[in-house]
Amino acid sequence: MESKLNLDTTMIEEARKAARSIAEDVQYFIDEHTTVTVERTVARLLGIDGTDDTDNPLPNIVVDNIKHGGGLGKGAAFWIGNAMVSLKVGPQEIAEGIAKGEIDLMKIPVEKDKEIQSAIMEVAEKMVKRIKKNRERRDHDKELIGDGDKPYLYVIVATGNIYEDAMQAKSAARQGADIIAVIRSTAQSLLDYVPYGPTTEGFGGTYATQENFRIMREALDEVGEEVGKYIHLCNYCSGLCMPEIAAMGAIERLDVMLNDALYGILFRDINMQRTLVDQFFSRIINGYAGIMINTGEDNYLTTADAVEEAHTVLASQFINEQFALKAGIPEEQMGLGHAFEMKPDLENGFLWELAQAQMAREIFPKAPLKYMPPTKFKTGDIFKGHIQDAMFNMISIWTNQGVQLLGMMTEAIHTPHIQDRALAIENAKYIFNNCKDLGSEISFKEGGIIQGRAKEVLSKAHDLLEEIQRNGIFKTIEEGKFGGVKRSRTGGKGLDGVAKKDSGYYNPFIDLMLKGGE
Amino acid sequence: MAIEKVDLTKLKPYGDTLNDGMTQVSFTLPVSASEEAKEAARRLAMKMGLEDPSVVVMKDMGPGFAFFVIYGSCKETVDFTSIEVPKVEVETMSKKEVEAFIEENIKRTVTIIGACTGSDAHTVGIDAIMNMKGYDGHYGLERYKGMEAYNMGSQVANEDLVAKAIEMNADALLVSQVVTQKDVHIPNLTELIELLEAEGLRNKMVVVCGGPRINHELAKELGYDAGFGTGSYAEDVASFVVDELVKRKLV
Repeated sequence: MESKLNLDTTMIEEARKAARSIAEDVQYFIDEHTTVTVERTVARLLGIDGTDDTDNPLPNIVVDNIKHGGGLGKGAAFWIGNAMVSLKVGPQEIAEGIAKGEIDLMKIPVEKDKEIQSAIMEVAEKMVKRIKKNRERRDHDKELIGDGDKPYLYVIVATGNIYEDAMQAKSAARQGADIIAVIRSTAQSLLDYVPYGPTTEGFGGTYATQENFRIMREALDEVGEEVGKYIHLCNYCSGLCMPEIAAMGAIERLDVMLNDALYGILFRDINMQRTLVDQFFSRIINGYAGIMINTGEDNYLTTADAVEEAHTVLASQFINEQFALKAGIPEEQMGLGHAFEMKPDLENGFLWELAQAQMAREIFPKAPLKYMPPTKFKTGDIFKGHIQDAMFNMISIWTNQGVQLLGMMTEAIHTPHIQDRALAIENAKYIFNNCKDLGSEISFKEGGIIQGRAKEVLSKAHDLLEEIQRNGIFKTIEEGKFGGVKRSRTGGKGLDGVAKKDSGYYNPFIDLMLKGGE
Repeated sequence: MAIEKVDLTKLKPYGDTLNDGMTQVSFTLPVSASEEAKEAARRLAMKMGLEDPSVVVMKDMGPGFAFFVIYGSCKETVDFTSIEVPKVEVETMSKKEVEAFIEENIKRTVTIIGACTGSDAHTVGIDAIMNMKGYDGHYGLERYKGMEAYNMGSQVANEDLVAKAIEMNADALLVSQVVTQKDVHIPNLTELIELLEAEGLRNKMVVVCGGPRINHELAKELGYDAGFGTGSYAEDVASFVVDELVKRKLV
């Protein structure tokens, strides 16, 4: 791609190198640790699902059994495989046996590694094949039915009732939406288990449950055929159960997942050791399942200033890119996030937003960048809000963004009503069509405001990344460099669910999935 | 031509002529767009109190939904002269004035704890009021001299907030509620007051809530000292708190 911003390519390379070294540094830590949710994910991928009489999910019951017996360091696959060999039953029966108090994984005599691994491998390969089929089905449907033009139009549904959500989602798809995100119930990120079954009375959204995923998938497949294009389903792979949600999404063929390496630490006060280990496995799954991840840099700008802190967004994009590559996510699946969040009465603010968006486009040329709409300076004045969204849409088509999270004129009032969504889609479609080739027609003034701004932001991001490389990511977060939020290495939620791996640690899915297609 | 004077006892909307009552409404009906749907929208507008409503837009939103924009003349009026709205009755001071006020009248550090309570994860509001940086050029309480401001962040349980209040011997609590879908904020806000009363703390501190759907009247009803809606800045909250501390002799 021809650079319109005349960016310093050496500086980009240096920044990327620093980010790579930051990610590698953390990878040593990640490789030595596992967490309760990583092991519950393994249990789920081995086919364990459902709850006991008191609504405790079986994956939790299994992993609690292992944790209390001090066996987490060997991994759930080891203990489940051991029980499979010894008791000659499948993972689900084992889980049910534990729930009934009939089986204690830790009291079964330990069988030979080779037998354990071959028992597990048989089940694991089946699941991996199933996920691969889902990926192929997606590709096939896109080929057969069709796929929307980029930027994809991304809207949310948030009624709290999954059946109502499905209806609203269909309506949005008929109006032109490409991605439907089902907003999650507000408190789910802090639950250390995944709820079970359909949600009909959620607050601020529905739970991410496998059943809810299935219900929405069915609805979107149906409406996709009707409107003649594949409709993408998006949910939130974040919080204390990141990899479990990734596994559920892979099984039910979600297409897009919010999945940030640092978001939970900064904005949900989840312990940083926990999140860094969790994000790795969740991304391996998302990568293998062909799911596009969306990162959450836009959130920095809701707590920090979009003008002054623009470089932290870019720095975080570099870091998220490297973490994603480590987990086998190709660039084409990296929806790196950023946002249109500058104060509207800023002189030339539009030019600065344009510089930021174009810069991200040029630095991450293959990534389907996720562009977030104005929210912070939305006031409830729907008339002005509609114009703010139009300005945002203009930049998106101009700079060829990948995923356009549509702004709602009623932002700051309520979760979108059906007409809010329809008007937002109309706004975007009008501008995307009316300005289609604006980007390829217009170049920027040499040394002008736009080029100057991009240069400044890149240079600051470069310096920040080199500083993080010197100090390490843990210390950087402790100092509040991202989003102005400070978190300590041992603070936050979920640290007690982190365990050091033992020498015999076993998780077949990391290898199976990292090998890519096969 | 003589221009008519506004009759404040019979106030109604203004479009381009006094008392024309011109009003715009928009809504969606859960039926497909059709001439019948349009007529249904028109009749509904009449029932809403609009005379001669005209449906200027009917938009097809796919099977089962149609969107309407309607103009009509509102026939209802209100008596403006009889309206009284409870408001935060404190003159807002600037940051400097608040700091001077603390030095002169309180003579010690004022401790304020803020939190986004319950399941609410949206800290935009409490951050705008409390964080050093503030919002829109208005510095947050953390930057105020004479104040110790502590922001507990998101999803704080009411019990934890009360425990922190005891630990820090707080003078004031600020509770932010952004998610108000299905009125989740009401039981949550009520619970805090009940906890404070049970601990015998309610009268010993100033308790304030805020958020886009919060107003002073609602806050008072729920047992708070004040409520702040959109457009409130740190100095509005700070002014109220320090004034209230002095008024209630909590210094």
